[in-house]
Amino acid sequence: MAVTDTLRYQRVTTVGDFFALLKPRVMSLVVFTGLAGIVVAPGHVHPLTAFTALLCIALAAGASGALNMAYDADIDGVMARTATRPIPMGHIRREDAMAFGWAIAAFAVATMWLFVNELAAGLLAFTVFFYVVVYTLGLKRRTPQNIVIGGLAGALPPAIGWASVTGSLGLAPIVLVAVIFMWTPPHFWALSLWRCEDYARAGVPMLPVVKGKRATRIQIFVYSLLLAPLGAVPAFIGLGGMLYMVLSATMGFWMLLEAFACLREKDEVREPAAKRLFGVSLLYIFVPFAALIVERLLHLPPLWT
Amino acid sequence: MDEDDRNNRAERERRKRNIALALALGGLVILFYLMSIVQWHENTGH
Repeated sequence: MAVTDTLRYQRVTTVGDFFALLKPRVMSLVVFTGLAGIVVAPGHVHPLTAFTALLCIALAAGASGALNMAYDADIDGVMARTATRPIPMGHIRREDAMAFGWAIAAFAVATMWLFVNELAAGLLAFTVFFYVVVYTLGLKRRTPQNIVIGGLAGALPPAIGWASVTGSLGLAPIVLVAVIFMWTPPHFWALSLWRCEDYARAGVPMLPVVKGKRATRIQIFVYSLLLAPLGAVPAFIGLGGMLYMVLSATMGFWMLLEAFACLREKDEVREPAAKRLFGVSLLYIFVPFAALIVERLLHLPPLWT
Repeated sequence: MDEDDRNNRAERERRKRNIALALALGGLVILFYLMSIVQWHENTGH
């Protein structure tokens, strides 16, 4: 029986329901990494153009979230973590969420095309397509590698931000994308370790469900091991300065320590190490990207030119 | 909660939705207007 069967009650759809569909917390992270891409990109762009680019990234991220909730409403209803979302609660119709999501996605891409540039619009459209069609409709219910491949969608915002300013791509935005891409598996697998039963009940083949918790812990550690040096690369390609280097190295080491603690975890019920790793991984994305932004705004020199 | 309360609440929520939609659309109209000016300036080299 779906968790929501006991919670569900009928009421009119509110503004808050539509706002919740946009997954504001995920959106804020996407906007932040997109902003980093805009700020660190070489060249000048009118502030209003930068704002429009950021707004389009935010809207497309929100639309992707709404479409994900619409297509995954059956899964959300049986998972405790997602059971109180507007669709499983019966606060908003699935069809309305789909119309809302596709309309906003189309609007965001068209606006990006009209007022920013074609490359940024193309990347934005690709991101929505990849998240909704490839990840949500394709990979999520089929393979334990779902979040590894699907992570590309969440990793692209810095490249979209960069393309908004320069109209092109290069090594630097690809490295930023690679950092987020490599960060995604340990972040979501940490969550799936303590939500394992939830995913199993919903029939989502997350790694701990399919391969077991031990295999997941090893994979988390391996990805964290690869992430730590990769996170430092921006400092060696003329993107990050000393502040970035220090913070990135510190965060990479901290995340590795938590991944190691997770590897040695004995409490498979409460999974305290996985919960800590999840929290640290959130900081990992925020702190080094904030350092990149601060360095650029303060005109601090890159470590390596 | 009786029927009247439910209707009043639904009406209030509908009004809030309409206001939010109007504000969002109004904001976008202003943004499009300003962006058109920015693009015009950039294209004419001002």
